[in-house]
Amino acid sequence: MSRKDMNTVGIGRKGLNMLKRIEMDKYGPFLALLVLFVVSAFASPYFLRLRNLTNILRQVSYTGIIGLGMTFVIISGGIDLSVGSMLALVGGIGILLLNYLGGGAGAIIAVFFGAIVVGAAAGATNGFAITKGRVAPFIVTLGTMSIFRSLTLFISNAGEFRSHSSLYPSLGMGYFLGLPNPVWIFLLLTALFHVVLYHTRFGRYVCAVGSNERVAVYAAIKSTWIKFYTYVIVGATVGISAVLLSSRLNSISSTNAGAGYELDAIAAVIIGGTSLSGGSGSIIGTMIGALILGIVNNMLNMLGVSPYLQGTVKGIVIIGAVLIQRKGRRLF
Amino acid sequence: MPDPLVRTVHLAKEFSGVRVLNDINIEIEQGEIFGIIGENGAGKSTLIKLLNGTHSPTEGEIFFEGEKVHLNTTVAKNLGISTIPQEFNLVKDLNVYENIFLGREYRHQVGLLDHRRMKRRATKLLQGLQADISPTMKIQTCSVAEKQMVEIAKAVAYNSKLLIMDEPTTVLTPIEIGILFDLIHRLRADGVTIIYISHKLKEVRQVCDRVMVLRDGEFISLDEASDIDEHDMANKMVGRELEQIFPPKPDPTDEVVMRVEDLSVPGILHNITFELRKGEILGFAGLGGSGRTELAETIIGIRRKSDGTVFINGKRRSIKSPSDAIANHIAYLPEDRQGTGVLVDFSVTNNITLGSLKTYARVLISHRKEAAQTRKYLKEFDIRTPSLKTKLRFLSGGNQQKVSLAKSLDSQPEIFIFDEPTRGIDINAKMHIFSFVHDLVESGISCIFISSELEEVIGVCNRVIVMREGRIAGDLVGSEINEEEIMQRATGVKQGVAA
Repeated sequence: MSRKDMNTVGIGRKGLNMLKRIEMDKYGPFLALLVLFVVSAFASPYFLRLRNLTNILRQVSYTGIIGLGMTFVIISGGIDLSVGSMLALVGGIGILLLNYLGGGAGAIIAVFFGAIVVGAAAGATNGFAITKGRVAPFIVTLGTMSIFRSLTLFISNAGEFRSHSSLYPSLGMGYFLGLPNPVWIFLLLTALFHVVLYHTRFGRYVCAVGSNERVAVYAAIKSTWIKFYTYVIVGATVGISAVLLSSRLNSISSTNAGAGYELDAIAAVIIGGTSLSGGSGSIIGTMIGALILGIVNNMLNMLGVSPYLQGTVKGIVIIGAVLIQRKGRRLF
Repeated sequence: MPDPLVRTVHLAKEFSGVRVLNDINIEIEQGEIFGIIGENGAGKSTLIKLLNGTHSPTEGEIFFEGEKVHLNTTVAKNLGISTIPQEFNLVKDLNVYENIFLGREYRHQVGLLDHRRMKRRATKLLQGLQADISPTMKIQTCSVAEKQMVEIAKAVAYNSKLLIMDEPTTVLTPIEIGILFDLIHRLRADGVTIIYISHKLKEVRQVCDRVMVLRDGEFISLDEASDIDEHDMANKMVGRELEQIFPPKPDPTDEVVMRVEDLSVPGILHNITFELRKGEILGFAGLGGSGRTELAETIIGIRRKSDGTVFINGKRRSIKSPSDAIANHIAYLPEDRQGTGVLVDFSVTNNITLGSLKTYARVLISHRKEAAQTRKYLKEFDIRTPSLKTKLRFLSGGNQQKVSLAKSLDSQPEIFIFDEPTRGIDINAKMHIFSFVHDLVESGISCIFISSELEEVIGVCNRVIVMREGRIAGDLVGSEINEEEIMQRATGVKQGVAA
């Protein structure tokens, strides 16, 4: 009882005590980011350079944005492995559309929204098979992961989708108020999705369905629709990410684009403190998770660690994050 | 005279200071069929669990074949004590013979499984039971009766001397029950002793040699089955004074708020017709598995009905989902609190507003409004919680139940269906819930009150519908609402709808 009471007591002289058992789920990722940031600043003189920091931010934006959508899917108790392949497919279709429309400013706007719609539709396909077909999310998205990639390869004949627009790269390469455009979109979406998760009925219902679907159903929540929409949302974020990535490169490779993105997106969600078993999670946490992954990669590059070893470090970070969260929870 | 197979001396069991079984002295003879009956909570399950080693007694001793024994599950198994639980312990992805030999498989000398020998032995066992089951059949394709046969085969394969059957016929059809009874008699002929626990008094009388009655953890009587009829059994099972824990009963009006007509769900509910009046507390009594929860779930649209209509305030309504039910102002308090009632990982506030979140949100949820409403409920129901944000798993069962109540009430119902609202909560919380139901009805809400505690149904309800095997077995009012009448109808001793 006294332990729980302390939740209602403000941080005062018991502050230190509180810190010990502070909710690791909530502040753990943030503390980890802080520590990592300070360590990196000392480890390399280049780390704190503005150029390097904005670079990190831009690099994490692509998978980070997908991670935001993935957070909803994972909280609802699902998973989406198809996002990487979906990104290649949506990006490819986007470039075909762009070339068809002539590549002007109007065409770019149309492609931006078109990609969101195509991504959402691809997500809806997953969602439909999962909710109506009652097939496990892992299986469905494993299947569509293969399908989306194969369609992309087929359409491009395993080559590249090249944009003929000279204006398109200004979207992905451009800066606004000192930050790269993708970073702005990442931050805006973080804020938006945070509000959706914590301040709307949909967000609450996603948590309820992931926590115990039967209880949710008895409470008049239409759980199949809630689950369906989480896949539509992650699809839409894939669409946005696809536009940002393809406009930076002014092309999409059918073989490489989005490869491994599903792992980075899921890793960001998990490192951010969202439990894989669903029921609760944090959008801000996912953003922090993406940043942690980005900084780790950046440091390994700057310290000259072999790129082949970077996957090992990433894996250790993911497993370590979950271990720490598990320990934190045991304090209660 | 040989030693009795089982003898207990001053056997007693306490759980956290509460005595659930007191001073039981029984002798079960070799090769007899020993029936145990009693209401829910009478101590039957506790007694079984002492005899099969699941629990150890707080006081007293158990003698097996004349020897004093300290039982745990392994010792019990080695002595030849087997239990066939209500919920079968079978692995559904394995087949019949693999289940029979699970954990003590026959092996070749090199350690590989000897499938052939196991299959042969299983075939023999099943033939011995005259059960027409192939040993290689997957458990998940077996019928309930076949699963039970497999459980029995398992017990026989252990060379059981004492076989404990807990409500073995609840899930069986009359024909399957006949087969089971034949089997029981054949096992007895082979020298197996059987403890038979059931709610169905007629069957107990039919199959048992002697019948023991337990009530509130106390031994009440032990008779030759031929000396006691079902009336006596029912009377001995109940027969207690009601305490003054119930508020006065409300005065219902004649206005019908809900009429259910010919509601059927294949195999579960058969032509259920009844009316609920405004300001009434309508009780639903019956044994476990009589279809009361299923009826509630069908009314609120969780189960699909094959037939029947529901009228709300005289108008025909189609309720196909819980949200339809809420739109029609029907609230349901589920029986399985943690499985369907509340989210243990959600905060008090988020649980209470879960079903009625619409009223707190236009686009964004007003957390202030949620908190204000929650505080109102905390005060009204005396819910004890460290804070509004405390996760429900940290609250006691009674407080969780009150949160569940507040959650159902927050959807502004006109009809409130309670399903076992007092299960697993202490007497204090129970009394809160009774007075809550009373206040609700006073304010014009009509209640359906499903409970397996007869005392409660009698103390709370204006009218009681008794259900048996998915049918209405009685509609009782006034002085007809007594334990004897309900019990006789619930067990099928007395049939036909009362005048």
